[in-house]
Amino acid sequence: MNEFWNWDLAFEALPRLLTSFLTVTLLVTVVSTAIAAVLGLVLAILRMSLPKPLAMILKFIIDFIRMTPIVVQLIFAYFAFTNITPLTIGIIIFGIHYATYMAEVYRAGIESVPKGQWEATTALSMSRTRTWVAVIIPQAVRATVPALGNYAISMFKETPFLLMIGVVEMVQAGLIFGGNNFKYIEAITLAGVIFLLASYPTSLLIGRLEKRLAFKH
Amino acid sequence: MPSNTDSPNGGNVPAIRFDDVEKRFGDTVVLDGLNFTVNKGDRVTLIGPSGSGKTTILRLVMTLEELSGGYIYIDGEPLSHDNVDGKRVELNEKHKNEIRKRIGMVFQQFNLFPNMTVMENIIEAPVHVLGMSKDDAKERARGLLQQVGLADKEDAHPLELSGGQQQRVAIARALAMDPEILLLDEVTSALDPEIVGEVLGILKHVADTTDITMLIVTHEMQFARDVSNRILMFDGGRIVEEGTPEEFFTHPKEQRTRDFLQAVVADPITGALPWQPGPATPTRDGDTL
Repeated sequence: MNEFWNWDLAFEALPRLLTSFLTVTLLVTVVSTAIAAVLGLVLAILRMSLPKPLAMILKFIIDFIRMTPIVVQLIFAYFAFTNITPLTIGIIIFGIHYATYMAEVYRAGIESVPKGQWEATTALSMSRTRTWVAVIIPQAVRATVPALGNYAISMFKETPFLLMIGVVEMVQAGLIFGGNNFKYIEAITLAGVIFLLASYPTSLLIGRLEKRLAFKH
Repeated sequence: MPSNTDSPNGGNVPAIRFDDVEKRFGDTVVLDGLNFTVNKGDRVTLIGPSGSGKTTILRLVMTLEELSGGYIYIDGEPLSHDNVDGKRVELNEKHKNEIRKRIGMVFQQFNLFPNMTVMENIIEAPVHVLGMSKDDAKERARGLLQQVGLADKEDAHPLELSGGQQQRVAIARALAMDPEILLLDEVTSALDPEIVGEVLGILKHVADTTDITMLIVTHEMQFARDVSNRILMFDGGRIVEEGTPEEFFTHPKEQRTRDFLQAVVADPITGALPWQPGPATPTRDGDTL
């Protein structure tokens, strides 16, 4: 009766965990990573091209978001925007929060593009937009792929914070299952294993992608 | 020599004119009231010790550096600043870009775009800046690649090429814009000695077959002598001496120039300059050649 691990319960919990994993955890990770990747790049470019005062304001906003806990931001947005569903709030907050991290990564990537590349675009009279799109971004992004991938994995592991605003992601599904059966160990352990099985191959994939994106020598 | 009648102002307008140009980096004054002109079709080589401001001059013409004072005129038109009723005003980016299109530059470090193929590097600006069709630009690029001896490399990426090959692509890329003025900034300094000749040979060919105005910074004195019709010797941001290569290399007037030539090109053992008859070479039977 008081055993530590019950296989029957574990098998019963598994499909529920996987369902919430696919419909919430993975959904939030993929959509929010896409938001963060695009918005982060926009923020980085804006910071480098806006006039000084505006760039300073933008830096302050980015730092403010980066330096406050995501849980606080989730709860704040949950109560501030009551007309938006918690899942959407989760996706947007994760997207914005990680965009501020990624903006820093992109900034480093952009700064790592040699000055000579910018000079060549001037010597060829290339427009500002074309310079960014054809020369700077393609070179800057290659260098940032590993960091971006690692942030995506961090985000993935932080999705359980969504339970604070009532989103039934995988861990919350596990807690509900545990509550119904007065036994939590199986569901929580399985949730951890699923996180591991998903993030480890992803990190290997990022390593391979990094190699494929390197410039041909 | 090209005719000067096609210039907007007509008459004998110089391709490049420096008018009281000043350039400071912080407290360091690099150029202090520099005046000189380069006529259309001229090949002018700037020589002098490092730090004398030669490269800064090219970078100012390419608008890679901001003028601290004075004016630069291209074909009689102000490049970045104009004198309006005695007031010095900066011109807008659109104007600068219009002037810039007439100027091409080849860099010491090639600065090819590593994310593009050789062909993409060459057609990028003709297509997106000049509005040429992709097919026309490609055809032109193939001709240029032929000219620089890299016809088979159009699909290669720059980092797959040797330094000499990269620099040849960079020359083709600059020529693809059909520039009126070509700036060559120590284009062989980053190359292995045995590669230098092939790059200079291509530039010599360009000089012989076009009327592009060239402003050259180089340490290759033989090249300066072969290609230029005027040499300017710089020291401390000033022109110390100028003349034709003939006058300049065989009868330098200034002691500063003689010292410089002695230091950079003289044979370390005999002290002879490469284009001066050296000491007699002994032959087997004791005579001299």
